[in-house]
Amino acid sequence: MSPTSKVHWNLVVRQAVLEAAAAFVLALLLLGPIVGLVLDGYQVQNELQRPLLIAAIIAAGRFLVTLALQTSIGQAVLERFNARRRQPGVLVVSASESDRQRWWLLIMVVVSLSVPFLASKYWLTVLIQAMIYVLLGLGLNIVVGLAGLLDLGYVAFYAVGAYGLALGAQYLDLGFWSALPLAAMLAALFGGVLGFPVLRMHGDYLAIVTLGFGEIIRLVLNNWLEFTGGPNGVSAPAPQLFGLEFTRTARDGGMPFHEYFQISYDPLHRFIFIYLALFLIVCLMVVVVTRLRNMPVGRAWEALREDEIACRALGINHVLVKLSAFMMGATVGGIAGVFFATYQGFINPMSFNFFESALIVAIVVLGGLGSTTGVIVAAVVLTILPELLRAFADYRVFTFGVLMVLMMIWRPRGLMRPRRRAFEVKGLCR
Amino acid sequence: MSHDEPLLQIHELDACYGPIQALHQVSLSIAPGEIVTLIGANGAGKSTLLMSLFGDPPPARGWIRYQGHDITGLPTHEIARRGIAQAPEGRRIFASMSVEENLLMGAIPVGMEHMDADLIKVFELFPRLKERRNQRAGTLSGGEQQMLAIGRALMSRPQLLLLDEPSLGLAPLMVQRIFATIREIRDSGATIFLVEQNAHHALKLAQRGYVLVNGEIRLSGTGEELLANPEVRRAYLGGRG
Repeated sequence: MSPTSKVHWNLVVRQAVLEAAAAFVLALLLLGPIVGLVLDGYQVQNELQRPLLIAAIIAAGRFLVTLALQTSIGQAVLERFNARRRQPGVLVVSASESDRQRWWLLIMVVVSLSVPFLASKYWLTVLIQAMIYVLLGLGLNIVVGLAGLLDLGYVAFYAVGAYGLALGAQYLDLGFWSALPLAAMLAALFGGVLGFPVLRMHGDYLAIVTLGFGEIIRLVLNNWLEFTGGPNGVSAPAPQLFGLEFTRTARDGGMPFHEYFQISYDPLHRFIFIYLALFLIVCLMVVVVTRLRNMPVGRAWEALREDEIACRALGINHVLVKLSAFMMGATVGGIAGVFFATYQGFINPMSFNFFESALIVAIVVLGGLGSTTGVIVAAVVLTILPELLRAFADYRVFTFGVLMVLMMIWRPRGLMRPRRRAFEVKGLCR
Repeated sequence: MSHDEPLLQIHELDACYGPIQALHQVSLSIAPGEIVTLIGANGAGKSTLLMSLFGDPPPARGWIRYQGHDITGLPTHEIARRGIAQAPEGRRIFASMSVEENLLMGAIPVGMEHMDADLIKVFELFPRLKERRNQRAGTLSGGEQQMLAIGRALMSRPQLLLLDEPSLGLAPLMVQRIFATIREIRDSGATIFLVEQNAHHALKLAQRGYVLVNGEIRLSGTGEELLANPEVRRAYLGGRG
């Protein structure tokens, strides 16, 4: 090692130690009161070793990160990271780069399809929940991410879908598959009814009105005892596969799935079936959204988010375009609701409170407004992470907060930046 | 439509922002194939006239005829679908969309069938935009953004192109380039209504011009007449009259 590099290295180590010390003090200040003082009955117990341990881990991490960033690999990573940050907004991906991503897509599809056959029942239900949130995220992403309409009452359409299935089965004797399109249309109708008067509003006002709408739906479901069953809830039918039921014995005159295929009964079959159907719908949704974005209506959504006046001057009927985004989002929310109801088997208004809306907005924002991949990743992370961290359930909201703060610092535009394929215009040589 | 009939005719137009009247009995006409300019100081109502032509604010009195049809009071997007395009003041491009997407947005009134051919035409007119077509529009320079705004307007195959202060905030060299392009667009058959503060350039380019003062048309005439007019020289060209 040459003398100059030795001096340089000494400086680096000194800086790393200093930064680690600062991180230690900061972590202690932040975590000391939260983790170190435990309320036990009326007594506050002092457990200072816990924050000290956590702060030590953080300090060690900081030390290693600083050192790692000084190596040539670390520098390269840092450079790439900064280059991405410097260029905000949409990432335009060339065709060849986009083709490379197809392999990833293929791997993801294979993994997603094989997972339900390997997972336990518990993990299968977690995965179904994750898929439902992916669907909700994709739907809200159209409204918030693409069209830029902040909808804080998105859970209303989720509820309409779920109750559409449950009440449709109760009063109209609808099965899962006939209720699915009907409930989706019903949700779209609700989206239209809400959207039409409201879409003249902008930004904050729109957010407040949609928030109110979400609450109204929940309160109506909760209080209209004769029709919805109120807080007692309603049961929702299980899905069927071409008339085959996923029950031990036939209930509605059909034939149980396991008898038809001469296999032993396993309650897992039902969940595997729901998962696969959901997966199909999610794939379909991804394709639809991707295609829409390259069509005039999808571009109009994004343009409207950028500049409404310019859009009108370009001949776009802004009310209709906003309404289409709103109804499209509502439809997807309704479909997610139907799946939620059939997977739960029983629903009540408690499942559709404001926290759900907030969670879906968080998924869209964390994922990166307008980015399909980002929303999928965020939805999966935000549903699976709490399950993985069950042992630390007390810190769940805390972790959530830390995650948000970290995202704001390092990824202010969400996990993934919206990307789109570069256009290949025919007849334009280059 | 006969050749004598103007493409656009505005008759005694009043426009108001709430209680404040911004335009007083403005009348003007534009014949097919002309470049007509409207000059005036800040706050004279130039942009208001263009906005009012596009229905926002809607005309309070008077009427507007375009290709022989009354378009007074139609919603903005309907007017835009009749073959009038605007490169609005402040350019108003879609900053986080790519250059090409911005241009494709302009094609909405005419549908997708001519899109590729029109895109090629715009790229011929502005080779700069072709170089940057996959770049985010927000990263363009001011002059390039102006090119994009004009190009976007051209994508709708307009018979009448409204340009609101295309030279605003641009370097002198870029101003010359933009004005040269406007002449090229006229030569390809479009009619142009140019609203400008840069009276010298605008009057040299235009066949006819109007001078707007405090919301009223004060003077009108051919480009040369107005350039020679002492009042215009004193007020807008920095001459001593």
